[in-house]
Amino acid sequence: MKQLLWLRVNDEDYEVWVESWKTLLEVLREELDLTGAKEGCQEGYCGACTVLIDGKAVKSCLVLARHAQGRLITTIEGLTKDGQLHPLQQTFIDHFAVQCGFCTPGMILAAKALLDENPDPREEQVKTALSGNLCRCTGYVKIVEAVLAAKEKLPR
Amino acid sequence: MRPFELLEPRDITEACSLLAEHKEKAKIVAGGQSLLVLLKARLIAPRYLINIKGFSGLEHIQENSNGIRIGALVTHRAIETSPLIRERLLMLAEMEGRVASVQIRNWGTIGGNLCHADPAGDPAPALIALGAKVKVRSVRGEREIPMEEFFVDYLESALEADEILTEIQLPYPLPGTGGAFIKEAVRFGDMAIASVAAVVTLERGVVKDARLVLGAVGSTPIRAKEAEKAIIGNMVADVLEDACRTAAGEAKPVADIYGSVEYKRHLVKVITKSVLTEAARRAQEEAT
Repeated sequence: MKQLLWLRVNDEDYEVWVESWKTLLEVLREELDLTGAKEGCQEGYCGACTVLIDGKAVKSCLVLARHAQGRLITTIEGLTKDGQLHPLQQTFIDHFAVQCGFCTPGMILAAKALLDENPDPREEQVKTALSGNLCRCTGYVKIVEAVLAAKEKLPR
Repeated sequence: MRPFELLEPRDITEACSLLAEHKEKAKIVAGGQSLLVLLKARLIAPRYLINIKGFSGLEHIQENSNGIRIGALVTHRAIETSPLIRERLLMLAEMEGRVASVQIRNWGTIGGNLCHADPAGDPAPALIALGAKVKVRSVRGEREIPMEEFFVDYLESALEADEILTEIQLPYPLPGTGGAFIKEAVRFGDMAIASVAAVVTLERGVVKDARLVLGAVGSTPIRAKEAEKAIIGNMVADVLEDACRTAAGEAKPVADIYGSVEYKRHLVKVITKSVLTEAARRAQEEAT
């Protein structure tokens, strides 16, 4: 049985009819065409589906879409403002922190949640904050470098 | 996931009525961080999910004269970062910092974690060591269950089919008490291969009371009572080797892709040594 959901994603309002067993990831990708969040393991392990809900990182493959109703959802598509990349997006490019790119949206959003909470993390804190995101190209060093570089560029 | 109907009660009273009506055909859902994994793997296929996420009155971390009460819907992250928990029950905050990844901790609740009754979960060993109780509610009323009796078998809790866990109650530790929790996992946020929680109370350097709990090495968390006996009445350093060997003997691990029975027993021995040493150090610090 479908129910009507109101979702606010990247500052836009959506109304969508979905079945009660649909996850936020499924609705984002299949109903709203926001395919930046990736479907990796589907069991909350890989972090490729990471999005922000009310500014906090979550794994959207383990969030019922219904539970995201009425909250502020941010996906990777919402980070670029007026054609200007977010500092994290720019430093990921500058530091070659992207290989195949599949983990990148999740990495950037997990990093954004960290920097929003703690604008000056130490390297160890970056690693801990990203420990729920797997990179299968084994590019962690450059990813951590990119996050540390981004913290210098964020408006204080 | 197999299709289910999501029921949306307005409060815990209504949720209890719905659960009493549907019993085994229904599951309670809060954060869903364990439940959705089971649903996706089709290990369970309930006809109804009863939503309790967002209920007010179950998201509190409060202290009273006896201790701290934590609502079932408090997230792992909220416990990890709670100033009150960090000040009064540091090992609990440290343990929560090791639960899965920050994404899971932001959404998953302490109540949901416990009701999943996974022996490899991190909160249960720490809560048992701290002498916690849980409060459960149904249309028949309320009751309290010691955390130690809450896990009855693999993924099986002491909850009756119509009961909902509503609160965790933790007594304040006695003066001179220290606690620690250590887990071993492949990656930082993985499930434990073995974990140990210890709470030690010292009086003039001698162990007056000790609680030692092993996680992930049995179908439920295991209280290592023989090892506790070996410690009580002694100085921790004098009996450490013996206690660790005894604890390893009390573990009931099964072999899996992460390790053999022997390896896991060895892990218990090694972790117990670190955890008891740290708990005793903190107890000593607390006493001085």
